[in-house]
Amino acid sequence: MTVRTSLPETRVKAPERKRALPPLLVHLLAALGAFAVIVVLTLVTDEFTNLRIATIGYYLIAVAGLTLLTGLTGQVSLGHGAFMFIGAYTVALLVRRVPSFPLWADLLLASAAGGLAGLLAGAAAARLRGPYLAGATLALAVGLPALTRRFPDFLGGSNGLNFTVHSRPSGVVGVIPELRWQTWIVWLSVLLALVLVVNIVRGRLGRDFRAVRDDEVAASLSGIAVGRTKILAFLVSAVCGGLAGGLQAFLLGTAAPGSFTPALSLSLLAAVVLGGLGSLWGALWGAVALVYFQAWSEDLADVLHFNTDVANNLPLAVYGVILIVVVLAFPRGIQGGFQWLRARLKSSRRAEGER
Amino acid sequence: MQDFFDLTLGGISAGAVYAALGLALVIIYRATRVVNFAQPALALISTYLAYSVTKATGSYWLGFAVAIVAGTVLGVATERLLIRPLRHRSELSAIIVTLGLLMVLQAVAGMIWSNEPLAFPYAFDFRGRFSANDLFVVLVVLAIAALVLVVFKYTPLGLRMRAAAFAPEVARTLGVRVGLMLTVGWGLAAGVGSLAGLLATPPFLFPNVLDGVFVYALTAAVVGGLDNPLGTIAGGFVLGLGLSYVSGYLGPELVTIAALAILVVVLTVRPSGLFGRAKVRRV
Amino acid sequence: MRSTGIAAGFFAAALALTACGGAGESDGGGAQAADSAVGVTKDTVVIGTHQPLTGPAAPGYSKISVGARAVYQSINDGGGINGRKIDYRVEDDGYNPTRTVEVVKKLVLQDKVFAIVGGLGTPTHSKVVDYLNTEGVPDLLVSSGALAWDNPQKAPMTFGYQVDYTREGKIQGKYIKDTFAGKKIGYFTQNDDVGRDTQAGLDQFVKDQAVVRQGYDSANTDVTPQLSALKGAGAEVVVCACIPAFTALAILAAAKIGYHPQFVVSSIGADPATLSGLLQDFAKRGGASVSSAQLLAGLIGTGYLPDVALTSDPWVAYFKGIHDKYIPKEPFTNTVMFGMVQAYTFAQALKAAGPDPTRQKVVDAMSSGALKGPGLTPFGYSKDSHSGYTGAFVFKINPDVTTTVIQPPAVTDRGTGAITPYSGERATPDQVNLLGK
Repeated sequence: MTVRTSLPETRVKAPERKRALPPLLVHLLAALGAFAVIVVLTLVTDEFTNLRIATIGYYLIAVAGLTLLTGLTGQVSLGHGAFMFIGAYTVALLVRRVPSFPLWADLLLASAAGGLAGLLAGAAAARLRGPYLAGATLALAVGLPALTRRFPDFLGGSNGLNFTVHSRPSGVVGVIPELRWQTWIVWLSVLLALVLVVNIVRGRLGRDFRAVRDDEVAASLSGIAVGRTKILAFLVSAVCGGLAGGLQAFLLGTAAPGSFTPALSLSLLAAVVLGGLGSLWGALWGAVALVYFQAWSEDLADVLHFNTDVANNLPLAVYGVILIVVVLAFPRGIQGGFQWLRARLKSSRRAEGER
Repeated sequence: MQDFFDLTLGGISAGAVYAALGLALVIIYRATRVVNFAQPALALISTYLAYSVTKATGSYWLGFAVAIVAGTVLGVATERLLIRPLRHRSELSAIIVTLGLLMVLQAVAGMIWSNEPLAFPYAFDFRGRFSANDLFVVLVVLAIAALVLVVFKYTPLGLRMRAAAFAPEVARTLGVRVGLMLTVGWGLAAGVGSLAGLLATPPFLFPNVLDGVFVYALTAAVVGGLDNPLGTIAGGFVLGLGLSYVSGYLGPELVTIAALAILVVVLTVRPSGLFGRAKVRRV
Repeated sequence: MRSTGIAAGFFAAALALTACGGAGESDGGGAQAADSAVGVTKDTVVIGTHQPLTGPAAPGYSKISVGARAVYQSINDGGGINGRKIDYRVEDDGYNPTRTVEVVKKLVLQDKVFAIVGGLGTPTHSKVVDYLNTEGVPDLLVSSGALAWDNPQKAPMTFGYQVDYTREGKIQGKYIKDTFAGKKIGYFTQNDDVGRDTQAGLDQFVKDQAVVRQGYDSANTDVTPQLSALKGAGAEVVVCACIPAFTALAILAAAKIGYHPQFVVSSIGADPATLSGLLQDFAKRGGASVSSAQLLAGLIGTGYLPDVALTSDPWVAYFKGIHDKYIPKEPFTNTVMFGMVQAYTFAQALKAAGPDPTRQKVVDAMSSGALKGPGLTPFGYSKDSHSGYTGAFVFKINPDVTTTVIQPPAVTDRGTGAITPYSGERATPDQVNLLGK
């Protein structure tokens, strides 16, 4: 029995068992640890690698959102790039038109704008299955950026919008390079968003998502509001997408329709599968793959001195081959590969122990 | 009024191409429940082969024939090597594999033929508001569609293919070679897709030429109903006309948004497409 | 609850890191010194560029860097500039502005290039102008006719190259007004700054003759509706501010609907060699006798470099020599020569920067106005202007696909200034003597 003392808000721990830390706290501590790792990484690598680290950051949150939608609720979306488009343009418009808003407000609004779009998309898509959903979301990815050409004065047309974001407090200018600071901001935002996503995935809503993916009728019979759950999944994934787009715009100082091609949405989906479907760690591997496979295949093309036609197209070919090989040979993606490795090591250690 | 007439004619010939490519997608979907994202790339390679053959021999029709054959072969190879191993896995795996194949084939096309645009001839004279070529496109598409439907509905081969797609276990016990039927389905679809590529490509051939057409073809298939070939064909023509009017009266930059709008409207009212069969499950 | 408190603590820390100041407000960070020699060693100079080598915009542009590379190779084989070979790094951005920013940062931060030469595209390059100027990296000879590259106050490191769209529009407009007085004009322009800036120039001369304006979107290759509208309005002259693919598409669409206006095409889309290649196979089908020569004959275009077919021109002969030696398998088009002249111009600027080049010295060499070369109109480089070619000549395509100049080179400004014929001295390759001492 706990005893009230004069300070009612202190809890007295029951001495006989150790209470586990609440999951949100655990996740926040983990995020803090990860952030520390990122800061160290940025300090020991050069500026351009910092840019790559930042790029992995915003792809991570985008892929994580898509993992939630496709991996967890089984809704195959080919239109995730559209939410990034919304987030990027929100940040661009806010920085240009309301320069007094602080950056965190712009990013929050970008996430919210993405979320709003996700809500609408989810509502429209709730009754769609499989390939119908895929086709509709692809049309979304193709059609939405065309709005910039319809409203060229407001949205900048094909040339898009340029802006400069000054995110460093004046004390820091000159001490920390802008790119490094930007990387920290990107990763801080990404990690905070991930904490929220992980909490959702491990919580009740996550169980509802998985139930809907596995069998909608059974889920509905056990009391889950299937339609609402699917729409919520779209909402959360679109919030992640909007944040990712906003962070990309912040990092690059630009938002243009040419960045949000259907190829982007398809690459994000490929990253989800490459990394490991349904796993948030897989989202990390997928994001790393997106950034580094491109870079490595370009370097490969340079080293091998191919003629220009071959060299130009090599990165695309390599990426396609990797996709095919991974899907055929490693059905659970990179994360699945790690888990298999871990299981093998564990069982071999156990075999050792039993001898 | 002249505007409307021209736009209608333009819409019909564009719609025929969407219908043909959409038909290819639908055949594969009915057979293996996979959306073949590599379809535009299979058609692209076939068209490039036609280009090379035509350039070397001077004969358009020889190139045409080679393209259809090549497309069929590529479809068969894709099914056996890439799709068959994924039969028991989620539909997402097949989508990603076909996406990977799309990237590889587009890159290979650029490597062999360069990324520069190459002039690719029309089958017939292209001049005239509804030219000989336009007429050819529409007639060929309707003929192929009719042929495919006849094969599926009235021939033993078609019956076996439908059985293999809808009730593979039962079909197997009745002696149908299910695997072979799936392969035949892919080959047939890819052949139709190559035809669509030949019709859609002119005037210029380059690695990304079929990307836009593919999106509209998929839209047409979804609007018409992915398991209904007739519906897809109707969807293709409807989409072609609709987008033509939008482009003419509202502006060319609105075409992709219009496709999205049409899709949303149709699917909101009928989630399985205009003529699709809703999946009913007995509980 | 404790966890909410901790969560709040984290968010507060996050806010502090992102600064409470407005995102769009300045933080006082200034530009870097430009007087550095990054990218220069004893025997090499490293330069970079971003080009659309793959992707939907690659057709037509992927050969520019091929021509440039051939010129750099020939320069290197001849001993380099002031003893230094030029190391030319080409990065593919697929005409995707996100990738442009990434590859330009890669070139600047990782490859440590001395300068960016010939970055291509308005939507793409406009994203990196601020960055390059802040970092003090010379941004030379941008491959785009946008007006934005001429801004010495805000972008001192950035220099244009090709004639800008408004200047060219003015020259086109005046030519049409003089030659086709009283006729109905239609505009067919790309739906972005290319079209807008060209129309700004055209409108200074032929606004009252323009009865219809149509635009195209580069994502949509069906231009029959627009050509039908032009025909319906009775336009006898169509000004086409189009890239080559769309010039060809417009010509084909017009042929399709039986419409035969006089096309006047901007330099970006008027290369006879490219157009001829694009249109060559539309004859022969079903007995039609529509050859590319017939489709192109009489087409009027504007340009500022000599036509590659004009082998009597000393510069064409010079560049053809390089082409035949280094890239004989590539067709020798005006696009290839565009890249070659760009490379040559950079080499001139590098030479003028002296035996110990720094970034500032190269920028000063560019602004000196002393660069004379293959162009038939002069560059506009000076302390107050970073415009590239300041004018153009007008040519007509003959039935045998050669060209005839029908209005000699004239120069103008981008405002309302007059158009004046240009008859300045044009140096020959021997006189420039790039590889000499």
